[in-house]
Amino acid sequence: MIELRDVCKYYQVGDDRVRALDHANLHIYPHEFVSIIGPSGSGKSTLMNIIGCLDTADAGIYLLDKTPIDAYSERELAKVRNRKIGFVFQNFNLIQKLSAEENVELPLIYQHVRRSERQRRVKEALMQVGLEKRAKHLPTELSGGQQQRVAIARALVTRPSLILADEPTGNLDSKTSREIMNMLHELHEQGNTIVLITHDDGIAHEAPRRIHILDGKVTEE
Amino acid sequence: MQAFIMALRSIGANKMRSALTMLGIIIGVMALVVLVSLVNGATDSVTNAVSDLGSSMVTVNIMDNKGKPVTLEDLSLWKKENPSLGKIAAYASDQQVARLDENYGSATVYGTTPDFDEVQGLKIARGRFISVPDVQNHSFVCVINEAMAKDLIGYTDCIGHEVLIGGSYYTVIGVLEAEEDSLTALFTAGQMVCYIPYTSLIRLSGVISSEITTFYVGETEGFTLEMSENTISDILLSRFQEDEDAFRTSSQNILEEAMGQITSVLSVLLGGIAAISLIVGGIGIMNIMMVTVTERTREIGIRKAIGASRGTILFQFLMEAVVLCMLGCALGIFFSWGILRLATSIVSSTGLVFKMNPGVVVTSVIFCFLIGVIFGLSPANKAAKMKPIDALHYGG
Ligand SMILES: Nc1ncnc2c1ncn2[C@@H]1O[C@H](COP(=O)(O)OP(=O)(O)OP(=O)(O)O)[C@@H](O)[C@H]1O
Ligand SMILES: [Mg+2]
Repeated sequence: MIELRDVCKYYQVGDDRVRALDHANLHIYPHEFVSIIGPSGSGKSTLMNIIGCLDTADAGIYLLDKTPIDAYSERELAKVRNRKIGFVFQNFNLIQKLSAEENVELPLIYQHVRRSERQRRVKEALMQVGLEKRAKHLPTELSGGQQQRVAIARALVTRPSLILADEPTGNLDSKTSREIMNMLHELHEQGNTIVLITHDDGIAHEAPRRIHILDGKVTEE
Repeated sequence: MQAFIMALRSIGANKMRSALTMLGIIIGVMALVVLVSLVNGATDSVTNAVSDLGSSMVTVNIMDNKGKPVTLEDLSLWKKENPSLGKIAAYASDQQVARLDENYGSATVYGTTPDFDEVQGLKIARGRFISVPDVQNHSFVCVINEAMAKDLIGYTDCIGHEVLIGGSYYTVIGVLEAEEDSLTALFTAGQMVCYIPYTSLIRLSGVISSEITTFYVGETEGFTLEMSENTISDILLSRFQEDEDAFRTSSQNILEEAMGQITSVLSVLLGGIAAISLIVGGIGIMNIMMVTVTERTREIGIRKAIGASRGTILFQFLMEAVVLCMLGCALGIFFSWGILRLATSIVSSTGLVFKMNPGVVVTSVIFCFLIGVIFGLSPANKAAKMKPIDALHYGG
């Protein structure tokens, strides 16, 4: 499903050149549950952005479904992000002036789902993350953990085959983390591909396959 | 539809700024609609007044008669010989004192011939106008206007009454209808006017002789005014040894045409100025949209990250600009309507009515739409072009 061949990403800050990804090689197969572990600043989010088609590599090849990413048109990429990938961002990335349910509804609007169907699925997704009572709240009226759960609901609502979660439990207490992890396991069992980023070894070990990243270098456990 | 709701929400989220931005468009639309409608209203009224002056006629002025003065006999001869000169009337005027018992005042006295009332479009309320025998017999008869009837006699049902004009008694044979709704009536309101046979005026006034210097040719059935004008021109040219400067003809229609030209130029000119202010308003919209796009960079990044395509984002921001413009346009038209109503009620005494010109309303709606699209395109494109990751990491 996902194949990275010698992917590199550099950031030039002044005279310094940061190697956020350094010849990363990675192969993720359909229906896998992979966790990516690494210290802060090791390049986890960078890797995720490239996999999620938000960013492009400076060197190397990224194959999504056996097709090089360069071969996708702008419109096709938007479609991939919309339907195929569910992204849970490290910093939530909710639209501040939209309520929780509107944030969750947004990807469905871009899919041109009918209104009644949208409402049903939004309700369902919010229920899954236990936020049905906060549907009308704006992100600023929610706690960090609640915002995180809205972000998760938004990723799940389109039922994507690939879920990319960047520290989805980073802001949650152990009980809610547990629920989120159970949800991810459930999704995995339903056949979704899951890539989970974390710095928590315990959580990482719940995944059948673990990948380590350090200074932009990817190593398999 | 979804995009329309989104656009309304985002405009509503920033009411003050949206209102200020729209102000440019509102003022532009108001300038356009109000100015053009005012010009049109005034034009209609003036054109009506001009055509009220006489239902299409040729005025002939003789400057140099070369020893062959035009007389009443000439006029009636031309009328007999030329079917296109079916209505022809001599004209002269003088100011005289009119008196009846202790009532008196200055009256404008016109000396003329029978066709005059039709040429000028005078409306007789009672009695009749001057006839051919009146002119032949130098009769002491007069047709007076309503003001004169009321001022001197006290009532308008006064056929057969005698009034003193310039020292002789004249019998009233006709009373004109009161004019109320034309601009001429506005300027001559309350003034005493009377019409007497041309021959009688020669006798009454020291300055008027049998040499006619001004006469009118009216539109004759079956002929255009131009044909009549050509006929009289030809006659006068041969009479005055082909000297074009000896006389001058001017027809009312030419006046109307010229008026029409002036006002259409005026409309275009004012419309142009208003259009410029609309464009300035459009630049305001573009400016604000640019700011909006920058402000909402992160939002754009998020939208792109969860699947909004370039086209979707472009459409969203374009929609916002267009909705902003159209809202401004609607408000502008609404305010214009109010202003025109106000203007009409202020000048209600003159009978001027300023109606909203439907053409200019349609024009301004189309114009606003185009402005929204044209000036919204570049900010919307700026938003659509952003790379998702750059937009997401934008520190705004
Ligand atoms: N836009 C950028 N400009 C310059 N340097 C960047 C940029 N984004 C990331 N970096 C650098 O790239 C490296 C990897 O960053 P990345 O965000 O991938 O780390 P991470 O593994 O996700 O860390 P964390 O666990 O704290 O989220 C870091 O050293 C960071 O400073
Ligand atoms: Mg990170």
